[in-house]
Amino acid sequence: MPLETIIAGIMVVALVFYALLGGADYGGGVWDLFAFGKRAKQQRELIADAIGPVWEANHVWLILVVVILFTAFPPAFAAISIALHIPLTLLLIGIVLRGTAFTFRPYDAQKDNVQRRWSLIFSIASIITPVLLGVTLGAIASGTIRVENGIVTTGFFNSWFAPFPFAVGFFALALFAFLAAVYLTAEADDADLREDFRRRALISGAAVGGLALIVFLLAGTGAPTVRAGISQSPWAIFLHLLTAVFAVGAFYALWTRKYKLARVAAAAQVSLIILGWAAAQFPFLIEPDVTIDKAAAPTITLQLLLGALAAGALLLFPSYFYLFRVFKSKTAFTALTGNSDKIKK
Amino acid sequence: MMDNILAARSQMAMSLAFHIIFAVIGIGMPLLMVIAEWRWLRTKDEVYLTLAKRWAKGTAILFAVGAVSGTVLSFELGLLFPQFMGAAGAIIGMPFSLEGFAFFTEAIFLGIYLYGWTRVPPRAHLFAGVMVAVSGAASGIFVVIANAWMNTPVGFQLVDGKFTDINPIAAMMNPHAFPQTLHMTLAAYAATGFVVAGIHAFLLLRYGKNNRFHRLALGIALTVGGIAAFLMPVSGDILAKAVARNQPVKLAALEGQFDTTRGAPLRIGGIPDEEAGETRYAIEIPYLLSVLAFNDPNAEVKGLNDFPKDTHPPVAIVHFAFQIMVGCGMLMMLISVWSAWRFWRGRKGKGKDWIDSKRFLRVLIAAAPLGFIAIETGWVVTEVGRQPWIIYGIMRTADAVTPMPGLVVPFVTFTILYIFLAIITAWLLFRQVAASPLEEETKAAAPEAKNAA
Repeated sequence: MPLETIIAGIMVVALVFYALLGGADYGGGVWDLFAFGKRAKQQRELIADAIGPVWEANHVWLILVVVILFTAFPPAFAAISIALHIPLTLLLIGIVLRGTAFTFRPYDAQKDNVQRRWSLIFSIASIITPVLLGVTLGAIASGTIRVENGIVTTGFFNSWFAPFPFAVGFFALALFAFLAAVYLTAEADDADLREDFRRRALISGAAVGGLALIVFLLAGTGAPTVRAGISQSPWAIFLHLLTAVFAVGAFYALWTRKYKLARVAAAAQVSLIILGWAAAQFPFLIEPDVTIDKAAAPTITLQLLLGALAAGALLLFPSYFYLFRVFKSKTAFTALTGNSDKIKK
Repeated sequence: MMDNILAARSQMAMSLAFHIIFAVIGIGMPLLMVIAEWRWLRTKDEVYLTLAKRWAKGTAILFAVGAVSGTVLSFELGLLFPQFMGAAGAIIGMPFSLEGFAFFTEAIFLGIYLYGWTRVPPRAHLFAGVMVAVSGAASGIFVVIANAWMNTPVGFQLVDGKFTDINPIAAMMNPHAFPQTLHMTLAAYAATGFVVAGIHAFLLLRYGKNNRFHRLALGIALTVGGIAAFLMPVSGDILAKAVARNQPVKLAALEGQFDTTRGAPLRIGGIPDEEAGETRYAIEIPYLLSVLAFNDPNAEVKGLNDFPKDTHPPVAIVHFAFQIMVGCGMLMMLISVWSAWRFWRGRKGKGKDWIDSKRFLRVLIAAAPLGFIAIETGWVVTEVGRQPWIIYGIMRTADAVTPMPGLVVPFVTFTILYIFLAIITAWLLFRQVAASPLEEETKAAAPEAKNAA
């Protein structure tokens, strides 16, 4: 396999990790907004505890994607930055507001109105940011960003201000909300709280299904090449079936309250959706003018980058594993409940 | 209306000026926290633990702002200067990739550090802190290496406007990589140390000099800041000599040197007049510039007039910024020497207690912002002094800017957003500082330390 294809593959894997980890943090923000009922406060606390120690690390996956893109495929990064300047700028504002509002909240006055204000900024930014991320990816897949001799010829609105990218945006939002709800069922240590998030997972799971259908239908005119890739080639049919198996599996597990199984199935489902999209778009970075091959940096850069990624992975994965063991392992959690040291007043 | 290139440059400058504050604290604070926690493990003195936890709380706020404003920058490289990234990404992507992993490590272990006080054993906790401190410094070093390449680009051939024979390792080993990273890393410790020392000096003045919490805090902060500040002029000299060799126009601009001269004087102050081509009202120290730049009193220093006008950076801005930076750095060095002398005398029992002087504490309060002023003005020297180039001598900033019209809109938007964040951050930190422990509390610190968590 050519080096550039391997690196493009690693970029997709980084994007999958971002969706599974960072995406779920956004999903947590969504459920912060929709926290209601007599356990609203506990719901918010569970979300904050789940996100607090890990969101900054999870967020770095996005930076890794960007860095790989501009190191290995500089012309693609330049073209995307020009054509999608507006949604990317809005995405950044969302990222800034989400992260800061979440961090500021526990440090500000513990009065209800002050807390509500930060929660509102945090949760609305958590909704807008995934939509814009989806819009960006949808626009890249749509085939409407045209590049001639390294110059973007299709303006600053055409490629993203259309139904298809926005459908992808809401699809991404639903996916992240679904993931978060599923993870939270597994992380809650209170039966009622678990039921709250189980219901949310089932509802958002249904929304994922509905939006997937809308995205597919809109792709007919919105992203014809990718749709052809998704619906016609034999491997795609296989991927679809597999995605469907996991989607149904996640529902079954939620229905029967097998939360750890649901978590695995939901994560597999989301991963396969992203892999399916990437495979359908292959070999294009920006459909139809920028291919992986054409945009690739010189071999020496790719070799060094691959070396750096390999060395980095050796450092990253054990550290990440440790982080999640400390904060996400059930035993560690229950053993110390009541003695926990979250940053709270 | 602002023209597009000015808007793009302003947005980049504003984003960098904002981010650098948080990036610097992200390098400096973990070291202070780790020292305090290490002292706690060694001495079992609970005040050190309280201190580490208090510092960690402030750092948590600042690190989050740094993380998101850093993300903004990684996108802005493309959003504002896509032609630059399109051309240079393959050459300088390498340090950014390494920075990505350093940032990963930093974020992971910071999560463990901030939230893991009771979840991991004390030694593992200290180890997490060390990882944050090391990877924070590494992050900064990698990013500065990329900037150093923009100032002294090597590791490629330029054929018909295209980069060929790319060598990313050679690009990372560019002539300014070492001088700039050394200068900036020391600056991060100096600036953090001084601002933290200033805050605790204020609280000592207010709550009494016997407050152990603030005494120990001041000691650690001033030790780190003072050592770094003492070494700053050395690293500055190394960097200045590199600039003299590699960026003679920048040297001429920051000195306000218009005519090529042998035995050039060092100018202190002065107002450069670009029209008339001279710098007025400066105090000139004969031969010193030639000595500092080239180790030879009769060395020739090139003047701005020897370079085409369209390769001059804005002389006055660069000259003023340089004067301010050097002034701040010198003051900080003097204050560190004075502090060390006070400490040494206090220890020998010759003078009174080293902290027991209102004048000393007031000087430290006044000196608190000096490091950050020096860093901001220092980056003005580096970045404005590189203009009109984005890649020195290779690519003009004007040729790298995005075709996107109306860039004044995101510039204004981000400016408002960052002003808002700055006010909130300052207010939340003020709340933290205002809640600092009183003298009585630090005497019976053990239960307090637990509650502080």
